[in-house]
Amino acid sequence: MQTTWAYVSNYFVYSAMAVFTISFIAHAFETAFAVRAPEIADSTDGNLLTKTLDYKRTEKTARIATAMMILGFILLLAGVITRGISAKHVPWGNMYEFSITGALAFTGAYLAALRKYDLRWLGLFVSISVLLTLGTAITLLYRNSAPLVPALKSTWLVIHVIAAIISGGVFLLANVVAAAYLYLERVEKRGARPLWLQRVPSLEVLDQLSYRLVAFVFPLWTFAVIAGAIWAESAWGRYWGWDPKETWAFITWVAYAAYLHARVTVGWRGRRAAWLCIFAGSTFLFNYVYVNVWGTGKHTYSGL
Amino acid sequence: MEVPELGFFALVRYAWRQLTSMRTALILLMLMGIAAIPGSLIPQRITNAIAVRDFFATNPELAKWYDRFSLFDVYGSPWFSAIYILLFISLIGCVLPRTVEHYKAMRAQPPATPKNLSRLEHHQEFSGGDKSLERAQDWFKAHRFRVRVEGESISAEKGFLRETGNLLFHLSLILILVGVSFGSLFGMRGEAIVSTGERFINVATSYDTLSFGKLTGENSLSPFEIRLDKFVGEYDPKTNAPKDYTAWVTVTDNGTTYKKVLKVNEPLTFGNTRVYLQANGYSPVVTVRDSQGNVALQGPIPFLPQDGNLRSIGAIKVPDAEPQIGFVGSFVPTNARTTGQGAISIFPELLDPKLLFSIWKGDLGLDSGVPQSVYRIDTTKLEKVGLGSVKPGETFTYPEGSITLETVVPWINLQIVEDPGKSYALIGGIVAVLGLLSSLYGRRRRIWIRVQGERVEVAGLAKNSAPGLEVEIQKFVSAIRGEK
Repeated sequence: MQTTWAYVSNYFVYSAMAVFTISFIAHAFETAFAVRAPEIADSTDGNLLTKTLDYKRTEKTARIATAMMILGFILLLAGVITRGISAKHVPWGNMYEFSITGALAFTGAYLAALRKYDLRWLGLFVSISVLLTLGTAITLLYRNSAPLVPALKSTWLVIHVIAAIISGGVFLLANVVAAAYLYLERVEKRGARPLWLQRVPSLEVLDQLSYRLVAFVFPLWTFAVIAGAIWAESAWGRYWGWDPKETWAFITWVAYAAYLHARVTVGWRGRRAAWLCIFAGSTFLFNYVYVNVWGTGKHTYSGL
Repeated sequence: MEVPELGFFALVRYAWRQLTSMRTALILLMLMGIAAIPGSLIPQRITNAIAVRDFFATNPELAKWYDRFSLFDVYGSPWFSAIYILLFISLIGCVLPRTVEHYKAMRAQPPATPKNLSRLEHHQEFSGGDKSLERAQDWFKAHRFRVRVEGESISAEKGFLRETGNLLFHLSLILILVGVSFGSLFGMRGEAIVSTGERFINVATSYDTLSFGKLTGENSLSPFEIRLDKFVGEYDPKTNAPKDYTAWVTVTDNGTTYKKVLKVNEPLTFGNTRVYLQANGYSPVVTVRDSQGNVALQGPIPFLPQDGNLRSIGAIKVPDAEPQIGFVGSFVPTNARTTGQGAISIFPELLDPKLLFSIWKGDLGLDSGVPQSVYRIDTTKLEKVGLGSVKPGETFTYPEGSITLETVVPWINLQIVEDPGKSYALIGGIVAVLGLLSSLYGRRRRIWIRVQGERVEVAGLAKNSAPGLEVEIQKFVSAIRGEK
């Protein structure tokens, strides 16, 4: 029975990957084909031949891309849930399970932000990074569904890890936006944006957006760290012990605190703020990859 | 930066201003993040003392230099302490004046309505009835704005929770620091191994390791007793990974005796002291007799696990035998035949237990005063008698006597921790999250209205360019116009 559910979960994850691939292709198609070649009729009176952007032409493709993203999210959600059923615990007992849940959180953060802002220009990037995460997870990190080790048997597993995963998803989204800012800033320095980048919002909007994302999720990250401390107190007999994972969670927290202060109190904007945001996000990634794979300490369980 | 010539007090004041400036606080904050990094890359004494010892063995020269800069004790090092102490002084210097200011601002009236509203953001002008001002006042009241009415105009303000939350958050960090220091000064932490059937009495001599905070000592140990009745470790048959550990104990506390279940995530609590199930292993219960058949030693001897399948090593020391006898042993819960040397275990449960040992005679050195490990015997001055192995119920006989493996029982390692500061840290943590929520989601804004005859003017200002004011003003205007 357990293995059956694990198989079902794998099928869901594979289907989600297929659907994300379609979404990726649709996003790529949209980005490429919105650029319209000048028609002959327009150029008869000697005007310069200029390409224009016409998103009406590709609106249908864009809708397909987003619809596929939503479908992929639902399939992945089903994959995560069935994985949980197969293992009889919340599906974050090892790194494979963290990765598929993390990819789910990242897609979720994107789709949630999409309701408020037109972020479809990010879709290409989001779909490719979700595909890469799922691909790595299922090929390199896959482990058979297994029961939890005793230290993980706690309600706090649900609370602490879900808060950490959601924070991670939003932090990474903020990082992507900050990276887009830095790239576009360089492009704009050399002149006007090329056509395919014209849909990306202005630098000010990007700058503001990455700040909003961080400010929105920083309290949740604080909560994740505190929930972890409460759990550590009941599992290991101390609420803070400078375990490598704890140390890096603290460093991430301090880095984002510095970012928020730099913006709100000192008034950093633009490039400096974007770099600080990316630095803070990298400490989170480092914690996830380095400490889980090469690190020692109390947060490493059962071979990844 | 130019430093003007200053008198002593002026210099102090100058230094204080610099320290409490936002720029300094920001630099200190980033420094603290960076300073925390080496502790996660270099082994630390508080988390992994064995790795530190290995580091000294393999890189003695480098280790000496690391040690000189406290790199094995980063989080208690002078430089790390310097950073966070300066940061907290800076924080206090920043937060306290702001708290006073905020308190005054909360009690003061909102500032007067600016003369020229048309210069401000979200400015609107329309013609309204004579009820406009009244309606505005009702709306402000319903939406809990603080107002200042001056004849024909109203100045209204809302969103003080933002600054309140901000200040609470920073004050709560101080509370967390107080909790942490309180815990380390008055706390206590120790470990003790208890075999099944044995009793742990909470006095200093029962502990294998024990350390106290600087301002406390043995007298602070609360009097309780724990007897281990039974312990069960369940393992996954496919992966050999542990599934569940459960210890059934009998507790005697303040004259009352009761039964309890102790699990990994469910410690026992005695006031500020908590008892955790930290590790487990096996104790072979042995009887050692001398050549005349007199019992020289009897009881459970804890062996130390070496791998996931609980292959364990240990030492059985018999100082009362004549001559003194020592067994250097290894124990496997599920024995498997090997072609090479030594025994291996293929499953952590007691499916086919076996005790293997070499026997030594001579002075065990227990009276020399040099502390030695209970799991090891220094055999350099001993004479080897023989090699043997026994399964439960079996007896192995050698010229100087015999050893019988009666049975095998599990032992558990109890971690006993007293931390009187943790509730402060917890309260600090909760307040920090609440404070953050209201400071990051709160919006401070002002709305003004002026009515001159038919002409109504409205304007607003959002601090920190918080979003949503435009929509709010639109609703406000609809309310004044009497639209639903």
